[in-house]
Amino acid sequence: MNRVISAQSLDLTFKTNDGPVHALKDVTLDIHKGEFVSFIGPSGCGKTTFLRCIAALEDPTGGTLSVNGMTPDEARRARAYGYVFQAAGLYPWRTIAGNIKLPLEIMGFSKSEQAERVERVLDLVELTGFGKKFPWQLSGGMQQRASIARALAFDADILLMDEPFGALDEIVRDHLNEQLLSLWARTEKTIAFVTHSIPEAVYLSTKIVVMSPRPGRITDVIESSLPRDRPLDIRDSTEFIDIAHRVREGLRAGHGDDV
Amino acid sequence: MRSVVPILTVLLAIVILWYAAAVPMNIRTALTQAERDGAIVAPATRVERRDANAIGLALRNPSHIPATLDQERARLPTPHRVFSELWNTTVMKKITSKRSLVFHAWITLSATLLGFAIGAVLGIALAVGIVHNRAMDMSVMPWAIASQTIPILAIAPMIIVVLNSVGIQGLLPKAMISAYLSFFPVVVGMVKGLRSPDAMQLDQLRTYNASRTATFFKLRLPASVPYLFTSLKIGAAAALIGAIVGELPTGAVRGLGARLLAGSYYGQTEQIWSALFAAAFVAAGLVGIIGLFQRITMNQMGFNR
Repeated sequence: MNRVISAQSLDLTFKTNDGPVHALKDVTLDIHKGEFVSFIGPSGCGKTTFLRCIAALEDPTGGTLSVNGMTPDEARRARAYGYVFQAAGLYPWRTIAGNIKLPLEIMGFSKSEQAERVERVLDLVELTGFGKKFPWQLSGGMQQRASIARALAFDADILLMDEPFGALDEIVRDHLNEQLLSLWARTEKTIAFVTHSIPEAVYLSTKIVVMSPRPGRITDVIESSLPRDRPLDIRDSTEFIDIAHRVREGLRAGHGDDV
Repeated sequence: MRSVVPILTVLLAIVILWYAAAVPMNIRTALTQAERDGAIVAPATRVERRDANAIGLALRNPSHIPATLDQERARLPTPHRVFSELWNTTVMKKITSKRSLVFHAWITLSATLLGFAIGAVLGIALAVGIVHNRAMDMSVMPWAIASQTIPILAIAPMIIVVLNSVGIQGLLPKAMISAYLSFFPVVVGMVKGLRSPDAMQLDQLRTYNASRTATFFKLRLPASVPYLFTSLKIGAAAALIGAIVGELPTGAVRGLGARLLAGSYYGQTEQIWSALFAAAFVAAGLVGIIGLFQRITMNQMGFNR
């Protein structure tokens, strides 16, 4: 397997009025093509910061980071990844199709190509026929699916997702997790996924990265032994529960005396 | 039309207050007239009445109260007299007549519209510059704020005189004063609107490697539309004030400002009040038209849920 994202002893220190904050310290991690990697940990552990470093939205202060063999900023300019934020962030003045077209317009795709791609990604997130609707006409879950479609529209190999389902209720979340897995299977993308939820991380991932705060660092990397084909009830299997237990242990260890 | 009842209630309260205020305001003149006509009033002489309390005078001479409500050149003309003046100078006159209020309102409105257009374009251009250029952000905004602290009444004559000395007269000097007043709310509203996209939305465009031009046209400009319309409404009302003020220092003979000035010279209070009402109607019309455009645009853009 070839490495898509490779971080070597990555450091990121923010200067604040209360002194320096070590958002990331000595983070070393490889993500291979086609992997589904979850980052889990309490707030302040640097999981979102790491994702933002990959996206070249933050500049690391030390170490090396390569994305598709390039620097993160080169990868950003080569449009190597799609980024899904916590909020759907759809433009209220654009229809769903118009929102999905936004990156395509910016990247200069032809009109016919735009229309074709919109149809294809709407299909992928099961929103066929909703293109002409405005965002407010859709539920929160559907809006987040539309925002995933927007990130998929320009065919980046890497999908970076920052707690995309964090604001949704558990039933909707289960459904979207299932959909995301089937989407991942069909598109063979490399996905980096930030979450707060242990079941979500275990259910989705081929690799779970457990992180802890102050300074933000990796405490455990768990290779999942679950099969790629995962029905929702796999969450009741002993294997699933064992992995979830290991994640929880990792989180507790990282917390130290804080809790 | 749920708003009709509250509006009418307030209107009724204003009319009642207005009539009530007209009685003490006009009682002295009414009593003087009555005395001349041989009626008995208390106190009997004008000098005594001058020092007396106006409300007291009205209470001591209740039979003369009706005269206060229907007086020529009253200090405070009553609503029905103002509106009959309005009626006579609008509907009953040809609009080309110099005695027609529609004619005068059009003179002022044309300066207002030109000035508003200049002010809006200038305001939007400055806002775009302020948002995109740090030097402009630091330099233009303080001056824009300072410009509004100068009393317009002080600067208006200078604009008129300076422009007159270089041979520019008529519509343009008044429009300049309108523009001076109306650009400011547009700048402030538009800067706020162009900056309304949050960090996440800007980060998102960065992940698409969007240029500044694309960021402006795809995100900032559409996001600023609701702010723009709100500030245009304020700007339009300010532009009308500017045009009226621009008519005052020159002793203009045409326009609503000229009507206000002439009315105060000749004690034609009804003319003053009717010019004020005409100005209010014009302002309400302008704001209403912008509001209509706002509703149409916002609906088409899907802003209204």
